[in-house]
Amino acid sequence: MSEQQVDTGRRRFLTVATSAVGGVAVAGVATPFLMSFFPSERAKAAGAPVEVDISKLEPGQKINVEWRGKPVWLLSRTKQQVADLPKNDPKLVDPKSEVDQQPKYCQNEGRSIKPELLVAVGICTHLGCSPTFRPDLAPADLGPEWLGGFYCPCHGSKFDLAARVFKGVPAPKNLEIPPHKYLSDTRLLIGDDK
Amino acid sequence: MSKGQKLLNWIDDRFPLSSMLKEHVTEYYAPKNFNFWYFFGSLAMLVLVIQIVTGIFLTMNYKPDGTLNGAGIPVAFASVEYIMRDVAGGWIIRYMHSTGASMFFVVVYLHMFRGLIYGSYKQPRELVWVFGCLIFLCLMAEAFMGYLLPWGQMSFWGAQVIVNLFGSIPVIGPDLSVWIRGDFVVSDATLNRFFALHVIAVPLVLLALVVAHLIALHEVGSNNPDGVEIKKLKDEKGIPLDGIPFHPYYTVKDIFGVAVFLIVFSAIVFFLPEMGGYFLEHPNFDQADPLKTPPHIAPVWYFTPFYAILRAIPSFLGTQVWGVIGMGAAVVVIAFLPWLDRSPVKSIRYRGPKFKFMLVLFIIAFIGLGMLGAMPPTAGRTLISQILSFIYFAFFLGMPFYTKNDVGSVPVPTRVTETNGKRQLQFLVLVAVTIIAAYLFGTNV
Repeated sequence: MSEQQVDTGRRRFLTVATSAVGGVAVAGVATPFLMSFFPSERAKAAGAPVEVDISKLEPGQKINVEWRGKPVWLLSRTKQQVADLPKNDPKLVDPKSEVDQQPKYCQNEGRSIKPELLVAVGICTHLGCSPTFRPDLAPADLGPEWLGGFYCPCHGSKFDLAARVFKGVPAPKNLEIPPHKYLSDTRLLIGDDK
Repeated sequence: MSKGQKLLNWIDDRFPLSSMLKEHVTEYYAPKNFNFWYFFGSLAMLVLVIQIVTGIFLTMNYKPDGTLNGAGIPVAFASVEYIMRDVAGGWIIRYMHSTGASMFFVVVYLHMFRGLIYGSYKQPRELVWVFGCLIFLCLMAEAFMGYLLPWGQMSFWGAQVIVNLFGSIPVIGPDLSVWIRGDFVVSDATLNRFFALHVIAVPLVLLALVVAHLIALHEVGSNNPDGVEIKKLKDEKGIPLDGIPFHPYYTVKDIFGVAVFLIVFSAIVFFLPEMGGYFLEHPNFDQADPLKTPPHIAPVWYFTPFYAILRAIPSFLGTQVWGVIGMGAAVVVIAFLPWLDRSPVKSIRYRGPKFKFMLVLFIIAFIGLGMLGAMPPTAGRTLISQILSFIYFAFFLGMPFYTKNDVGSVPVPTRVTETNGKRQLQFLVLVAVTIIAAYLFGTNV
């Protein structure tokens, strides 16, 4: 037996084949562990639409509702605020809302179904903080040309009252507009538009 | 033969106890000229032990549960308050753990700085350095995940920001951040997995890496403030002429260091556990609220230099992944020091003026970034962060050029030199002045 030549080619083939099959097995065993990191069925089911009563929302007022664990802003813009929106256009990254951050029916100047009511996910597109509502005109910290908007305290990103991002800040995109629809003049459904 | 000797022989026939002790302790020859900077390796081990022991006891009362209890308070947040108020000795165990986290970074940063000034990463200690950098990375992961557990406002929003960093990676980013969180927002699922990783997975990897770090160190032998290889000159028994056994010489020295360290540590635990909001941030005493970001969020102090680099880089080409890349690169580049440094000498004592100049700039940049990272952003601060980030990277990436042929007027000796107390004091004063200057500069912008 010791007289026999070692068939190294065969030995190498067997080594490679065993390693390959073993590698497939490792990948297979790893799959359930890696999959377990994805959201569970319960977490996915928690994304149900939310119904909101907007009858008590005064012009200039903003309320927050929770949808999928995220803050959703409902802002009733005043006539003046709606009229001021185009003034910001030259200073914005995406004034025409060309990036897909809103349903088709909200791709307009106010990024809304009704011009006065803004519905937006209040999560900064930079790193996920919730920006602060700053409706005040020309405050000291935001400069004389500030017409009201949202300011992210984490990294200084600025958005106008249509949740459109200004140039030169860390956030790359406008805030997300969730799918929504009016069930009646005073009732709004967030999370579903069909 | 005594009974003790008999027992030892019995063990040694079955397990290499005596030979291991000899190899790593009683006959591990370390250079005889270790100075102040050489305390921090053993102190890091001490803090690791403190963290493991206090951590084990904290898990006995902590509940990783993000759901609300009957009083509308998240269970995790309430369990931390329970530990602080109702568990006998709970407050001191928790403050030891929270202080330990910050002190871990204090000693590790000083330990890394030691390596930097004495060229301890240079050939043949490249792997010691690389293992050390991996330990640093694990430590950052450990600290980050541990910070979520109290489930306060800073825990929640800090985790939200850092997990979203991964979301900025093109194509796979959004799915990746959902995968990390296990939900569409930071939630109970995130808290549970961070708890598992914080108490089991990362500590195991960390311990394995510490063992690898020490084995690699003991294979090549310790560097020293002169950067002289003591193994080059040995006596007839093969013992380095400039070496002394680790035990008893350095065990005694380290015990002295431990005593001084524990005085400082206890003073913090008893009198300054929050360290004015630097060790435990004020908003973290409010329970996590997913609908409201605190007006100013900042990471804990040990992450602020890297966080400042993240903020300094603006988004362009429709993505803000560049800041994330910059921050990651700032951590990773440290591991490449052995190959970036082309200096023919190891220690700063025998280097030329270019390295010393760059090192001072680097200290200013690192401290400055650390301060800016803790402050709310303004246009002026962003500009300064950008300049300091540039210096940070210039220090590393410029190294192949400025360290080449950069040697001082004193040649490297063949034997280690006696520590010059005066020179050491001068150097410590220089470092302290640089840090204070950077601090004063930072608070005034």
